[in-house]
Amino acid sequence: MSDLKITGLHKHYGTYHAVKGIDLEVPSGEFTVLVGPSGCGKSTLLRTIAGLEEASAGTVEIGGQNVTWARPRDRDIAMVFQNYALYPYLNVYENIAFGLRARKVASAQIDKRVKRAADMLGIAQLLQRFPRELSGGQRQRVAIGRAIVRDALLFLFDEPLSNLDAQLRDDMRVEIKRLHQELGRTIIYVTHDQIEAMTLADRIALLRDGRIEQLGTPLDLFERPATRFVAGFLGSPKMNFLPATVEAGEVTLRDGTKLTLPTGRKAPNGQAIILGLRPQHIAKASASAAPGHVQLPSTIELVQPTGSRVQVSMPLGGISITAEFAAHEVTAPGEQVRIDIDMNRAVLIDPQTDKVI
Amino acid sequence: MKGAPFHRRKETKLVLRYLMAAFLVVIFVFPIYWLFAISFKTPGEIFAFPPVWYPKSIQFNNYAVLFKDGDAKTVGNSLVLSSVSTFFAMIFGTIAAYSLARFKTGGENLGVWIISQRMMPPVAIAFPIFLFYVWLGWVDTYIGLIILYTAFSLPYVIWMMRGYIEEIPLELEESALIDGCNRWEVLWKVVFPMARSGLFATAVFTFVFSWNDFLFALVLTRTEVTTYTVQVTHYFGGQSNFWSKIAAMSVLGTIPVFITVATLQRYLVRGISMGAVKG
Repeated sequence: MSDLKITGLHKHYGTYHAVKGIDLEVPSGEFTVLVGPSGCGKSTLLRTIAGLEEASAGTVEIGGQNVTWARPRDRDIAMVFQNYALYPYLNVYENIAFGLRARKVASAQIDKRVKRAADMLGIAQLLQRFPRELSGGQRQRVAIGRAIVRDALLFLFDEPLSNLDAQLRDDMRVEIKRLHQELGRTIIYVTHDQIEAMTLADRIALLRDGRIEQLGTPLDLFERPATRFVAGFLGSPKMNFLPATVEAGEVTLRDGTKLTLPTGRKAPNGQAIILGLRPQHIAKASASAAPGHVQLPSTIELVQPTGSRVQVSMPLGGISITAEFAAHEVTAPGEQVRIDIDMNRAVLIDPQTDKVI
Repeated sequence: MKGAPFHRRKETKLVLRYLMAAFLVVIFVFPIYWLFAISFKTPGEIFAFPPVWYPKSIQFNNYAVLFKDGDAKTVGNSLVLSSVSTFFAMIFGTIAAYSLARFKTGGENLGVWIISQRMMPPVAIAFPIFLFYVWLGWVDTYIGLIILYTAFSLPYVIWMMRGYIEEIPLELEESALIDGCNRWEVLWKVVFPMARSGLFATAVFTFVFSWNDFLFALVLTRTEVTTYTVQVTHYFGGQSNFWSKIAAMSVLGTIPVFITVATLQRYLVRGISMGAVKG
């Protein structure tokens, strides 16, 4: 059974068309991440699911009920906001209990549920404190506590980690993933951070300009992007895009460099394409080329260490591309290297439609 | 030539500053002191020359007269009229302000239009209101003045409360709506506590505006709901002024406002500065 079903959803703000006909079905217990650049409509979509925005057209069903016109409180949802939305005049206990009190749950039951949620999130010792006395991470835990205590059918997260620093963000990401495993609830999670999307999601809906560009598992989107936009949005560092032509199973880059496609790889003959290569699929050659791999000489122009890995810039096909090597494999800019490109995982894009061939 | 040592100059400056402050305090506080002092003096002391700077013995006769004659009841009238009208103005004004702030009721300019009502000189409409009230039979009634004071306070309450409400993060309300509250509960459980300082500050000013009203109380009251501001003027006579009564009544009229401001000072300062930050 699906906990959420969206059909033909549109949202207009005056003349601005924010959501342009979205269809989405989320099975029970799934962690779905809505990801995309700012202004793509992901937050509007989430807010329409929550009932905080009215749909201009289309339907929203939660737990099999059509809730398109239902009030937020009648939708059996709980939501975590980016800036926590904690009540400064209530202590942590009362903040977590707020939703239960609003729904007239018995005091003994409230106490039990608040304490269980607090234990789960490791904030049991903070129950008597006020939000102003908490750190950002603790506040976000309380905000999550407020949502999970409700035991709703659908959990909505609106960029919950955006206000945290990098270290805390990593910790909280793990925490949210663990909570999802423990609770097994359906979660719709909005973020603009592709790392969050990749690490948390069972399925990602990548939005662009009010539409779902691609829906699938993180690996699907990473390995088999449907469009140039998806290919470029997911993955860090970004995928390299090289203008080229294909002829007889060979890709010719602008400067004449030829890269052989793996045998059996379908490609339009004699047509201009864009070749997409992920930095992770360009390695420093250590042995002879494996099947489907191509090896070329190049010169390192720029080195950006990131710890165990290092991002290197080098020329290929008349432009500067980025590759990712192991840190110990690079010495300095100017170094002559032989690179190994895994053409099995190369992406061919039609420049006319921006769709992956 | 050498000047005075640095620390000496600094001390002199400080002393001068204190002297200046003390001088200003005397200028401002003296009339109030004098009012209080007169209210406790005997008639002989009031008109004595050279002046009696402080009453020889504190006597409450001036106050006793006000209570005996029933004049003190006018302070009670003022209290009822101001409190009840402030209460209603705050309730309706805050609801209206919420509507303006959150639903943009009446567009962006309705708020400005409402506050502009405040700029109208009250005396300009005193006459039509009087005729209207005569027709309604509301002259010299509590309900008449309560409705009038409520109506006159509303623009101010709406304007102030709209500003305070707009400062409340929208997510707090949205979160409450999802958690199971309706709009009224949001108002009660989120907006009121969040805007508490602003609410108190606005209420105090609204109360004081009604409390200090003289014009409408003069035009629309006779004997039943005379307010203390009107009562005080009864003591200014063509032949002589009843200074002891004027002083005692003025003190009685000052005390409720003084108590209100003193108790709510904490909220007043915060509420006023909240508005100040927003600009």
